[in-house]
Amino acid sequence: MSILSIQQVSKSYRNVVAVDAVSFDVPRGALFGLLGPNGAGKTSLIRIITTITAADSGVIYFDGEKLNSSHPEKIGYMPEERGLYRKMKVGEHLIYLAQLKGMSSADAKKKLLAMMERFEITSWWSKKVEELSKGMQQKIQFISTILHEPKLIILDEPFSGLDPINTNVIKDEISALNQKGITVIFSTHRMEQVEQICEYLVLINKGKNVLQGKVNEIKDTFKEGIFRVSSDGAMNGNLNGLNILSQSANELMVKADTGHSPNDLLRDLLNRGITIRGFEEVKPSLNEIFIRTVKSLDDE
Amino acid sequence: MNKMWIVFRREYLVRVRKRTFIIATILVPLAIAALGVGSAMISMMGAKAEKRILVKDDSGILENVKHDKGSLQFAFASDSLEQLKETYAHDGYDLLLYIPPFPDLKARSHGVTYYAAEKPSITFLGRVEWAVGEAFREHKIDASQIDRALYDSFETDINLESTTIGVGGDSSSGKMASILGTLLGAIMGVLMYMVILIYGQMVMRSVMEEKISRIAEVMISSVKPFHLMLGKILGVGAVGLTQLAIWMVLIPVVMTVITLFIPGMDASAMSSASVQPGMEAMQQMEEQGFDINAVINEFFHLNWLVIIPSFVIFFLGGYFIYASLFAAIGSAVDEDLGEAQQFMLPVMLPVILAFIIAMSSIENPNSSIAVFGSIFPLTSPIVMPTRLPFDPPIWHILLSLLLLVLTMLFFVWLSARIYRVGILMYGKKVTFRELGRWLFYR
Repeated sequence: MSILSIQQVSKSYRNVVAVDAVSFDVPRGALFGLLGPNGAGKTSLIRIITTITAADSGVIYFDGEKLNSSHPEKIGYMPEERGLYRKMKVGEHLIYLAQLKGMSSADAKKKLLAMMERFEITSWWSKKVEELSKGMQQKIQFISTILHEPKLIILDEPFSGLDPINTNVIKDEISALNQKGITVIFSTHRMEQVEQICEYLVLINKGKNVLQGKVNEIKDTFKEGIFRVSSDGAMNGNLNGLNILSQSANELMVKADTGHSPNDLLRDLLNRGITIRGFEEVKPSLNEIFIRTVKSLDDE
Repeated sequence: MNKMWIVFRREYLVRVRKRTFIIATILVPLAIAALGVGSAMISMMGAKAEKRILVKDDSGILENVKHDKGSLQFAFASDSLEQLKETYAHDGYDLLLYIPPFPDLKARSHGVTYYAAEKPSITFLGRVEWAVGEAFREHKIDASQIDRALYDSFETDINLESTTIGVGGDSSSGKMASILGTLLGAIMGVLMYMVILIYGQMVMRSVMEEKISRIAEVMISSVKPFHLMLGKILGVGAVGLTQLAIWMVLIPVVMTVITLFIPGMDASAMSSASVQPGMEAMQQMEEQGFDINAVINEFFHLNWLVIIPSFVIFFLGGYFIYASLFAAIGSAVDEDLGEAQQFMLPVMLPVILAFIIAMSSIENPNSSIAVFGSIFPLTSPIVMPTRLPFDPPIWHILLSLLLLVLTMLFFVWLSARIYRVGILMYGKKVTFRELGRWLFYR
């Protein structure tokens, strides 16, 4: 059973359709990418999932139940527009936010102390938020998102404004959480981040989902039978009749004929007497897939 | 609901623990006391400042009848006026007065000349005029051979004793009651006005702060916007009540301590100096002989069973209406305080109007404008308290309360609709029309 099932959800503001009959499932325990350009409707959709706004039509199931007001406590949401009360002390602040997620104050304190130790930031406990650097505040923000041990974590552009070191800290934490079986939805317009991290994705454009599934499978369906062939030194042998897309000193990009398997191509290359060092199918990047998909939809 | 109390708790504690809150809470009673002491001392010093006046009295009237009059000390000289003009200042006199002969007993006016090195104040001159006039009157009475006792009996002291007929036959009577009522009404009206403005705007700033620090969305992913808003309004309101309660205890204590330590200072001197609307009433009390028993008697005679609960409900109703409106404004605007001002104006107008009506209602609690103001829900929280001590008809109170509660619910609902949308809206210039649309968002 999927943790989140979104069925025909729509939402519009005045004349603008922000979410247009979107349907997809988020498998339990998945690292799930919610992709789309700016203004595609990602945040609108997330706000519906977190019950901040209501959908105009459609149904959402959370953990098998119809989405209701008890569910936000089981969700950890880090919005793109995020911040903290600047004058509050870190420890107090995090306990406050955890209480609002339904934790008792004592429980929150215990868990928080353990977590701050893990992040090696126990000394920040009684510092005011405004005394911390931006990166430090982001860490606090992340802790506030996961402290109440949600079943589902939704991160909206989690790495914006983070330096590479802190990005890695958060990335590691995300995969650690995922290993514990927690589902993470990762919303971004940065395709390469999803490519690295996520197993599943849904692609949203102009409020509609245009593509969804496992990242690998999507890449497979978009592959065009292009192979990178590398060799020692110059390409020797007979290249006549091959569909060569590009050629450099020791590398060749070849498109296989339709109906030919990689093995067929490799055999053909060997028969031609080419010394092969490397042979690899080139899959399109998500970025390319995205651009191609959006373009083909626009052409329709 | 539970989360609303968590929000309430934070909003309350954060403010109460602030250094500025502690300072203001302690400083204001001290400042009020200092103001009271200061103005009382100034008025006492002013009263005691003696003025020495040298008189060349060619009529002989002032010299014969009376000499010193309160703080005015008269001295008489027979040297020529020209000579006196040279020397009076040097001899330590503030004023040189020349009274020419007064031949005609029936004359209604008489020119008296004065010379002063420094320009004398109007009140000082007034006092001199009055003293000389008194002397002339005495002289005329004596010279006309009127029986003094008969003359004195012409003056009659009128004491207006009103008897307002209350609902249950229970009536508060006497002038003392209206003096007390005026004082009480004025204090309650001003208090209400201040609380609505100060704490209503505190709610607004707090909402704006949430928007500016970008924590709004984090918050409402855990708390319903309505609960967040209500928790905030209640929290700030409780801060206000805490402050008022502390002041109610601290101000009398500070006043009492001061009267103990400063000789010649009593509470009535201070309060008459510090409570403006009560000044006249206090003066009247003093003239009649300050009867503390009568005041206490009247104090207990007031219909407290109606006044206290109504005051509390009007207080809460007024606070909720305006605080929720201010919360809605705070949510609708960005960092820009100027933009907030545009929306604050229509909210402030009824508050200011209410204050004006309240001030006139203190003078005339049963005028039609006062009655209207005390029933119309946007002004009633400020106007009705000024009428309460004067036993308004009970149906006025009930109608006003009913309208107030309905309006309060409506405005809290209205503000919550705006707040919910506004708190997530960034970088958009909001118009009134836009606000109207938000009401119908899902």
